[in-house]
Amino acid sequence: MILYLLRRIVYAIPIALAVGFVCFMLVQIAPGDPINAIVPPDAPADVVEQVRKDYGLDKPLPVQFGLWLSKVVVGDLGRSLATGRPVWADLRTAIGNTLMLAFAASTLGFILGCILGGLAGTFRGSAIDRGAVGIAVAGVSVPHYWLGMVLVVIFSVQLNWLPAMGAGPGGSSDWGWDWDHIQHLVLPTITLSVIPMGIVTRTVRGIVAEIMNQEFITALRGKGMTRSGIFYHVVKNAAPNALAIMGLQLGYLMGGSILVETVFSWPGTGLLLNSAIFQRDLPVLQGTILVLAMFFVALNLLVDLIQTALDPRIKRA
Amino acid sequence: MSTATTPTAAEAELAVQARQAPVRSQGYWAGVFKRVRRDPVTIACAAILLLMLLAIVFAPLLAPHEPYQGSMIRRLRGIGTPNYPLGTDELGRDIVTRLLYGGRLSWFMGIVPVVLAFVIGTTLGVTAGFMGGKVNMAIMRTTDIFYAFPSVLLAVAISGALGAGIFNAILSLTLVFVPQIIRVAESVTQGVRNLDFVDAARASGASGFTIVRVHVLGNVLGPIFVYATGLISVCMILSSGLSFLGLGTKPPEPEWGLMLNTLRTAIYVQPWVAVLPGACIFVTSICFNLLSDGLRQAMDVKG
Repeated sequence: MILYLLRRIVYAIPIALAVGFVCFMLVQIAPGDPINAIVPPDAPADVVEQVRKDYGLDKPLPVQFGLWLSKVVVGDLGRSLATGRPVWADLRTAIGNTLMLAFAASTLGFILGCILGGLAGTFRGSAIDRGAVGIAVAGVSVPHYWLGMVLVVIFSVQLNWLPAMGAGPGGSSDWGWDWDHIQHLVLPTITLSVIPMGIVTRTVRGIVAEIMNQEFITALRGKGMTRSGIFYHVVKNAAPNALAIMGLQLGYLMGGSILVETVFSWPGTGLLLNSAIFQRDLPVLQGTILVLAMFFVALNLLVDLIQTALDPRIKRA
Repeated sequence: MSTATTPTAAEAELAVQARQAPVRSQGYWAGVFKRVRRDPVTIACAAILLLMLLAIVFAPLLAPHEPYQGSMIRRLRGIGTPNYPLGTDELGRDIVTRLLYGGRLSWFMGIVPVVLAFVIGTTLGVTAGFMGGKVNMAIMRTTDIFYAFPSVLLAVAISGALGAGIFNAILSLTLVFVPQIIRVAESVTQGVRNLDFVDAARASGASGFTIVRVHVLGNVLGPIFVYATGLISVCMILSSGLSFLGLGTKPPEPEWGLMLNTLRTAIYVQPWVAVLPGACIFVTSICFNLLSDGLRQAMDVKG
């Protein structure tokens, strides 16, 4: 067990390095000289040469990767071309906001998905099952950015109940625990939760149906256990897998919230990426993608470790 | 895998196959077709998709107006305007016409990356699964790297770095789907590789390539194909999403995601016109998803 944990952690290191390499290559595959990603296009030629030397861009690619990596590991992601501020400074607040949204959405999606999937798995083949599966399919097939627009049309434009944009009053980008901020969180959360809702419903339905078919449930029924008692056993058996799905969904939402953040002008990493793409601000693009991908790698690892620790049936060596 | 093939053995092998294959495959596909026919949801989805396909193919005949021709005096008309049944967009162009023409690019960008990924991913995945050893190691560990990115993020990262454009969007989406198909192809190939009939073929002297072509592909293509059809739905949403971010098609090209993006500014003026392109994406995506589920059940593919 300990050996497995250690191996799993060691195995994550080459993955993290490779992910770093892909992010490093993003600037290389971008059309034009990578130097344009660092200095503004109107810089004089001698400055350009100086910067090229300072950044080691005159050196071979593997050396450049090494130099870049040595900066990244201490948190130096370079400076934004558009604002001149360090990338990490903008990224820090943005990540907090995205994490907030992704966490709220995956929690909501998880709760709804467990209810729908649990019902569908228990009453397999019934009308409830078909309804839940229908909702799940709709959840994974809906373009969520469009769903966000529809919700804005209904709840902001027509009914005027909820704000359509931003994370707080007056376009503030800092989160606070008051009614104004929570109101702003409602629509983006619902929009973003449909994907995990659909996926969790499908998964939980499968898990529950499988457990319900097992002999120990029949045995429990046979000895006269009540419905709630059986429910407890099903939950206990389904929990590790369901939690693993939930963890991965949180990671997917962290990376996938860019479209929803754009619709709602939510001041997170997605909006940051969006503006970086528009201004061709490659350091911001690279830094944001790197941090999000690393977060995803770490989360994958964490989910794996927790699942191994939680589920006594998994004996990995 | 490079065992010498005696021509007679291989020929006999193929002759047996040729005699058996049509009969068996006919039975299988007839069964699949029969099961699909009994499934009203799958039939309905196939019918809707077929209608949409016909509509976008014959867009020039069906469209009441020109897709690029706008007019400043009839901008953002609502649904039900005479001559413009679904209204006009922010440049006064007819929505019905734009939706019909827009479907062409949306469908193209939803299907082409999946087809490319299917070809590339199947090749690499079957190779990895069948060869095993170092080849498998090399292909599968590279796949792991791309799996370390959430798919939306990977698509946005690559097209964001390469810049806007249809070609770049297709390239990045293909790169997103190739690893997923490799994993499926590898695992089903692994399952088939150790079955008795592969051993028998090898013992009778068939080369590795022949075994893959004759014995393995027929058994793995079905599951991979079903998986790939499920990806079309995701690809449609992602490609329209890239256009929505300004990374796919460029204006004034009609495309559902891009239309949704430009109409977003009109959300307070004509809210229901503004959400129409998204409804088209939704309907297409859900139909492909349900069709894939139906096929999966009819072909009895697990997972």
